[in-house]
Amino acid sequence: MKKLSRRNFIKGGLATTAAVAVLKEKKSKASGDFDNYPEGMGVIVDLTRCVGCRSCEAACNKEQGLPEPAVPFDDFSVFDYMHHGEKRRTDETAYTIVNRYNPPAIDHPLFRKVQCNHCNEPACLTSCFVNAYTKTPEGAVIYDASVCVGCRTCMVACPFYIPTFKYSSAFTPRIMKCIFCYDTRLKEGKPPACVEACPQEALTFGKRVDVLEIGKQRIRRNPDKYVDHIYGEHEVGGTAWMYLSSVPFDQVGFDTHVPKEPIINSVKEFLAMVPMVLTIWPGLFVGFHLLATKKDRVREMEKEAELKKAKENDEKEEQA
Amino acid sequence: MKLFSKKRPEIPIVHHTKEDGSAWTIKEKLCLGLSIDDYKKQFIRNPVNWFMAMILAIGIPLILGRYAFGLGWVTHASNDYPWGLFLGFGLFGMVPLSASGFMLGTTVELFGRKDFHAIERLALLNGLLGYFFAVVFLEIDLGMPWRLPYPMFVSLGPAAVLFLVAWHVATYLSVQIAEVLPALFEWMGWLKGKRIIRKYVLGLTVAGIILSTLHQGALGALFTYAPAKVHPLWISAQFQWIHFFVSSIFGGLSMVIIASTLIINFMNWRCDDDFKDNLDYITIGLAKGASYAMITYLVIKLVAVAHDQEWTYLLTGWGSYYMLELGVAVVLPMFMFALGIRNNWVTLIRFGAFITAIGIIWNRLNTSLICFNWQMYQEIPHWKEVWITVTIYAIYFMTYRFIVYRLPIVYEWKGER
Repeated sequence: MKKLSRRNFIKGGLATTAAVAVLKEKKSKASGDFDNYPEGMGVIVDLTRCVGCRSCEAACNKEQGLPEPAVPFDDFSVFDYMHHGEKRRTDETAYTIVNRYNPPAIDHPLFRKVQCNHCNEPACLTSCFVNAYTKTPEGAVIYDASVCVGCRTCMVACPFYIPTFKYSSAFTPRIMKCIFCYDTRLKEGKPPACVEACPQEALTFGKRVDVLEIGKQRIRRNPDKYVDHIYGEHEVGGTAWMYLSSVPFDQVGFDTHVPKEPIINSVKEFLAMVPMVLTIWPGLFVGFHLLATKKDRVREMEKEAELKKAKENDEKEEQA
Repeated sequence: MKLFSKKRPEIPIVHHTKEDGSAWTIKEKLCLGLSIDDYKKQFIRNPVNWFMAMILAIGIPLILGRYAFGLGWVTHASNDYPWGLFLGFGLFGMVPLSASGFMLGTTVELFGRKDFHAIERLALLNGLLGYFFAVVFLEIDLGMPWRLPYPMFVSLGPAAVLFLVAWHVATYLSVQIAEVLPALFEWMGWLKGKRIIRKYVLGLTVAGIILSTLHQGALGALFTYAPAKVHPLWISAQFQWIHFFVSSIFGGLSMVIIASTLIINFMNWRCDDDFKDNLDYITIGLAKGASYAMITYLVIKLVAVAHDQEWTYLLTGWGSYYMLELGVAVVLPMFMFALGIRNNWVTLIRFGAFITAIGIIWNRLNTSLICFNWQMYQEIPHWKEVWITVTIYAIYFMTYRFIVYRLPIVYEWKGER
């Protein structure tokens, strides 16, 4: 490296810091603290009431204008369908699906409806680097395809494996997921299509706080019928859609190992470290540089001093 | 390039002017002083080029097909495994192996270790190309590749880890271009450009350290979004970013050792004496640096297991696999480095570096694919996905070779500098 004057040094150091500060200013606005919209709507799904008629699947398909399924909605052979040892899941043609389980403790099957749980602090939203997701005050987690880049981090982040990608499209791919019928119904205070279609009242729609209370009441009144847990009350920080079951939740396909706090909490450790590195590193490493190259500079100064002396001596001799 | 190693012992084109005093044209410089016919002949004679052509002959149509028919045409279109080889290998694997740029930049420019000067440019180039091709892989994988600038200019989600990765990779790529440009300027003979960059070299180096620390770490932190999906042994909310950052240090250093080994063996005609004479000494020095990073890495890995109380997992099958990874990919090469440093066995170090680099890729694939969804089925990538990955890597290799053939990377420009 060429000789580095102190001025150049400070210039370089400052430029770096400034550049980084400008870039990162936005970043340091701490990871979002979402209001847990208290007026948000929710649904409680009672597994003991569901008979697996797939009406909700049909209603969702119609409401959201999804393609006609390969197997019609009155064909129950889909419950036997297995792929890679897994039961059916949401995909680009279905925002909601119902799966059948045969828990060992009881003599009849149970059915579980799967759709977006509309988390209070959604992992898809907090992981999205283009803000394609919004949690609306009504409680829905909606998605804006016009800004989405298609990185699919939301799919990695979602603990419930809900967002799916339209892989089949080359020019207009997008995330496909349940949006609580936000555009067509929820916005106007109406329940989503699946809830309205349910003939068994297995799905109860209302304010999240209210349906949670209904769920608790059912458990209190029938302690023998239900396990004493509402899936979604606390899971990943609470979800708008919650479940009641008569058997332990892991027997009906729920992941009981998801954290009890929002997913973003496990990322905060890293996010907190970012401003430290940004502020401490420049000074620290410029300091290292000064220390590491001190000898060189001392040597140079000595050399200059010697030269100066030699010059002076020469001048003196000349004068003499 | 047997042509040069056998028939012409002198290094081709290291000066702006020919022996008779006239200047080389850019075209002559590009053809390494050969006539176009001669250049073609030697190109066709080289079996490596045939091999590359074979990969590309199938790979290029597959890439075109991916853009014409969508990602679903070349992958399994898995909703359970949203990230496959393109990111698992191309982004998470290539980026740590490209940490060499900031490592050697720091060593030479910041700590003033001039004894590593001969390898600095190779390390910078290795970094630049690695990052550039990581972005190429990203452009294959993104659903809407034409929206790459969206997170920067259209719709900002600053609280997301990926936002940080995007910004840092973009700015760091620019920093690395600036760091490698002097080599191009020398070769082109535009000295003014070189001097301008020279002024800011310290600023660029420090920016490189900051950006590297953060985005190498951020790549790890991306997986903390999936705490319940990745096997607990491969994820740690507290330490994930340190694991990824520290392992990138020895990954990057090993990659420089590999690149320099290939170059001194197969491109000996291009290296000057400074590079050839110092390489053994430098390789040992790099191995020393890598060893320190490796022991640090092992300690933090252990701390993570202890902190998250994961000892019981070590007794399971996954635990054995975890220890196999650490044993083969870190402990074994660490001992090879130690032996090599002690006894001046450079060849052993070079084998160790090779194992280390493969080990880094193995670790990243474990985190992103193999131990991801560990309670579910195992995704095995589609053959087209594998082929495209190999194709991009082949293009990376050819670009790398094209540049080292020409620019003053492993030799010093003799003309005006």
